[in-house]
Amino acid sequence: MNKDTQLDLWEVFIQSKSGLPHIHAGSVHASDLKMALQNARDTYTRRGEGTSIWVVLSQSIGASNPDDNDMLFDPSNDKVYRHPTFYTMPEGAKNI
Amino acid sequence: MKEDYNTKLICMHNEHSDQHFQKRIDEGEHIEPRDYMPEAYRKNLIRQISQHAHSEVIGMQPEGNWITRAPSLRAKQILLAKIQDEGGHGLYLYSAAETLGISREEMIAQLHTGKAKYSNIFNYPALTWADIGAIGWLVDGAAIVNQVSLQRTSFGPYSRAMIRICKEESFHQRQGYEIMTKMMNGTKEQKAMAQDAMNRWWWPSLMMFGPHDFDSPHSGDAVKWRVKRESNDTLRQKFIDKTVQQAGLIGLKMPDKDLIFNDATGHYDHGPINWEEFHSVIKGSGPCNKQRMDHHLKYHNEGAWVREAAEAYKKKKAKKMKIVSI
Repeated sequence: MNKDTQLDLWEVFIQSKSGLPHIHAGSVHASDLKMALQNARDTYTRRGEGTSIWVVLSQSIGASNPDDNDMLFDPSNDKVYRHPTFYTMPEGAKNI
Repeated sequence: MKEDYNTKLICMHNEHSDQHFQKRIDEGEHIEPRDYMPEAYRKNLIRQISQHAHSEVIGMQPEGNWITRAPSLRAKQILLAKIQDEGGHGLYLYSAAETLGISREEMIAQLHTGKAKYSNIFNYPALTWADIGAIGWLVDGAAIVNQVSLQRTSFGPYSRAMIRICKEESFHQRQGYEIMTKMMNGTKEQKAMAQDAMNRWWWPSLMMFGPHDFDSPHSGDAVKWRVKRESNDTLRQKFIDKTVQQAGLIGLKMPDKDLIFNDATGHYDHGPINWEEFHSVIKGSGPCNKQRMDHHLKYHNEGAWVREAAEAYKKKKAKKMKIVSI
C-alpha cells in the first residue's frame, strides 16, 4: 500500500452569522492548521457564507455509533415529568 | 458446527439490516456515512460521486483554455471565478465520497488508470469564445437539471454537496446565456459563431443524461435506493423543454430537424441521439480524451513537490514543538 500523499483530512465548520452556531460544511485536505483554514476559506466561503471558521483533524472527532441509537436516543417516554405540560397549574395563574 | 451457526447469524443479521436499510430509504430517511449500508449501495455511490467529482475537475480544462483569450477584463474575471467554482465543486464531491471510506489518493489513481470515468462532454474541445457561452448555458444547464434532482438523493453528504453546488451553478448558466445573447446581438460572423457552438454542443449535452431508460444499466438499483430520483429520460426532457424557449428568444436555431412540440404530452419530441458517438467517446475515441488525461497527470505529478514540501514543513514544526516541550 502506497503512502497517502494527499495530506491530512480536516473537518470544516462555518458560522454564517454572529450569534449562530458553527455548522459542519464538509472537509478539506491540509498539512497544518494554517493551510486547513486557508483551504476551508477558499473552498467553503467564496460568497460571504461565513463570519468564522473552525477546522479540526477528522481523526480527532469522536462520534456515536448508529447501532446504539435506540439506546442513546430513547425518548424516555416514561419520564413525562421532563415536560412542562406534565404539571398542573392552579386555576388563574398567569404568565407561567 | 459452531462456525456454521455464527455464519448463519451473520447472514440473518445482514438480511435484516438490508431490509431495515430499504425501509429507511422508502420512508425518505437520509443515510449517513456511519449507518449500515449494503456494499452495493456504497460501491454505487463511490462510482457516481467520484465520477461527478472528476467531471468538475476535468471540466476546468476546456474553459481554462480561454482565460488568456477572454474578450474583455470583465469576461476574464467571470471565467476565472467560474473555473474556481468548478474546482470547489470537485472538492465538495471528493469530500462526500471520502466519507464512504475511499481516499482521495485512490480516487485520483482510479481516474488515471481509467477505472473511474468523468463526464463524456469534457472530451469535446472549446474551439471559439462562443463555446464558452455554450458550455455555460447548455453543459452547465444540463448539469443543473441533474443536480437539482440529486439534492434529494438518499446519501446525506452527497445531498448536502448538491445543495451547495446548486446555489452556485445558476451563475454559471446565466453567464453562458449572456455570452450567447451578446453574440446573437452582434455581427453576422458572431451570430454564425454562436450558432456553430450551439450545433456542436447541443447533442453532446443531451447525451450527458446518459442512455435512454430502457437501456440504462445502473438505473434499477439507483432508483430503488433513491440515489437517483428521476430517470435519465425525464431529466433530459426537462432540459430540452426549457432550452427551446431560451434558444428561440435570442434567435438560435435548434440543431434538430425532428424537434417538435407534442400537444398530447405537453413536451418537445426530439430526433434520435447518436449513441454510437456516445459510446465511442466513452471508450476513448473522443477528440480530447488523451489531452484531458495527459494534462491532469502532468499537473498532478508536477505538483507532487508542493505536497512533499508541506509534509516536510509539518514534520519540522512537530520536531521543534517536541524540543520546546522537553
